[in-house]
Amino acid sequence: MAKAIKVENLSKAYQLGNFGTGTISHDLERFWARLRGKEDPFLKIGEVNDRTQKGESDIVWSLKDLNFEIEQGDSVGIIGRNGAGKSTLLKVLSRVTSPTTGSVKIKGRIASLLEVGTGFHPELSGRENIYLNGAILGMRKAEIKRKFDEIVDFSGVERYIDTPVKRYSSGMYVRLAFAVAAYLESEILVVDEVLAVGDAEFQKKCLGKMGEMSKGQGRTVLFVSHNMDSILNFCEKSILLNNGIIIANGNTNEVIQVYKQDVFELSNHWVSTSATKSAPAIREVTLSLTGKQPTFELNIITRVEGELKTPAAFIAFDIQNSMGTTIMQAIPQLTPFMHFDGTTIISNTSITLHGLIPDSYKVSVWIGPHNDHTYDWQRDIISFEIENSPTQGRTFPHHYGNGFIVPDSRLI
Amino acid sequence: MIEADDPKWDIEITAQKHALNLKLKDVWHYRDLLVLLVRRDFVSFYKQTILGPVWFFVQPVITVITYNLVFSNLANISTENVPGPLFYMAGIVLWNYFSDCLTKTSTVFKDNAALMGKVYFPRLIMPLSIVLSNLIRFAVQLVLFILMLFIYHFKGAAVAPTLYILLFPVLLLLIAALGLGLGMMISAVTTKYRDLTFVVSFGVPLLMYTTTVIYPLSTAIAKYSKYSWLIKYNPVTAITETFRMGFLGKGTFSWDLFAYSGIVTTVILMAGVIIFNRVEKTFIDTI
Repeated sequence: MAKAIKVENLSKAYQLGNFGTGTISHDLERFWARLRGKEDPFLKIGEVNDRTQKGESDIVWSLKDLNFEIEQGDSVGIIGRNGAGKSTLLKVLSRVTSPTTGSVKIKGRIASLLEVGTGFHPELSGRENIYLNGAILGMRKAEIKRKFDEIVDFSGVERYIDTPVKRYSSGMYVRLAFAVAAYLESEILVVDEVLAVGDAEFQKKCLGKMGEMSKGQGRTVLFVSHNMDSILNFCEKSILLNNGIIIANGNTNEVIQVYKQDVFELSNHWVSTSATKSAPAIREVTLSLTGKQPTFELNIITRVEGELKTPAAFIAFDIQNSMGTTIMQAIPQLTPFMHFDGTTIISNTSITLHGLIPDSYKVSVWIGPHNDHTYDWQRDIISFEIENSPTQGRTFPHHYGNGFIVPDSRLI
Repeated sequence: MIEADDPKWDIEITAQKHALNLKLKDVWHYRDLLVLLVRRDFVSFYKQTILGPVWFFVQPVITVITYNLVFSNLANISTENVPGPLFYMAGIVLWNYFSDCLTKTSTVFKDNAALMGKVYFPRLIMPLSIVLSNLIRFAVQLVLFILMLFIYHFKGAAVAPTLYILLFPVLLLLIAALGLGLGMMISAVTTKYRDLTFVVSFGVPLLMYTTTVIYPLSTAIAKYSKYSWLIKYNPVTAITETFRMGFLGKGTFSWDLFAYSGIVTTVILMAGVIIFNRVEKTFIDTI
């Protein structure tokens, strides 16, 4: 099988912190070192990107010595936690930024879809934007013209095609933008989690189109997602990144197993590491799980600090399974609100969980004065694990394909 | 070792920076994008306005009236016997084009960071599209200038084009290259150090006063013989003077100064392109 992409010793370093008055002296030092043929004094080789630990230098390695190959026609998923280096890898592959060391070799045209509707101009009509967006993605005008009708047809916004896109609903906007990208004639397509937008029906259509591209047309697709379900549906092979290093590479099923065992860290306590701000922020969260199947009691203590402009705020919790799918959201009853009288408030929430299948679950915490106004949103910060089946005496395993929650059921 | 099935790679992404590899083949492939970007700039400029492209005229006309009132009537600065409006219009048309190219190009990375952070295309396309979009505006204003020239000519003013008008294409090329080159140099530095944007915002209007926009070079030499080198060796000066010589028959022209402008412009453009090319690869990490 021919190779489509070959990545060798790929590394990418980022400079942390602010660029300010100090940077110019650093830059001069580096320039001086380079002139004398020495190594960059600020790139310390060997340091690993672990954002939870404080490193010694201001440089962080977002990708470290990656080596892999992708064969033509494969659809490969790239998975990992937040900050594992997935987006950096995509950026390097799509030539948005250069690697610090190493190389990537690509056979054929590569198109990247890191965002839907890149370069759309709000004042221009749908028609004009199809041409502009297509050209930005690397299509020639004649090519777009040839596919114009198909693109419009796929997007389903024919009626509005001569209306400025600023009058579009966000759904229509996304449809049109994805449609342009879907008709790109490139051998390799790099897709970020853009499918998280749009309605469910359209998401399905997009995934279908991507499947068709990879299986039907023999195109190579790289797909980054947090959602293990869509990776599992769509990619036969996967690469697991953690702290900028490849942990596993191979069959998607096996890679997801590794992800769940090694990368998914359980933690029932979280403390904010960012600097104190005047705006309300979640500073500390502690979780405890009591009870036994089929009913658990999840107790979450949240400490919020900061000055509040409104007298009260809501708190909400998203619970996600290990596949990355949010399966439920808990918003405690609207009275009593969280009332702020000082600058610190400790809220104690109790959530009753019923019939959850055995898995590792992550919890995100959100606070805000209104459902469309966010003070702070900390994603996937605490987690818990459920080991036994909700059904007593059940020995055969549960599977995601059959749902996440087991209702009470009995023979009468 | 060479493997038998080693495929020929189409794209290689490495850390190496070839300062002189301009990827012109890539730029050529994306020429449709260039055209569409120019179109976008032009169309979005007058969308939702009543007067539309008329706005291209308003700014130079009002500026000319103001300059005429202040510098010619009030301050009595010589215009070499050229009717004031015509004299200023010649300077303003050229200067506007230069300063628009320069200021817009100098923020090209900052303005397009969102786009460039998501998609690859030859970055050179963006500054080129700026120069071309402004060329449309320049052309419209030039037409206005030529109309004025006709009117004054038939009213009997002592203005008439000379053979130097044949240098016009070169002048256009020089002024565009100068704006582009300087703009690209500044844009590259501002990706990391924003300080220069402040310099540009007050420096470019000030720079106009060291260019012969509101006064002729001959007056400057006569009045400030000691400091006139500052004006003489401003590469835009020779371009403005040659432009006036060609269209109005008045001005100071010398092949020496003209050649000097040409050389400085070439050097600035080359430096600008090389610096731009170096920075474009990783600017997204620092901007």
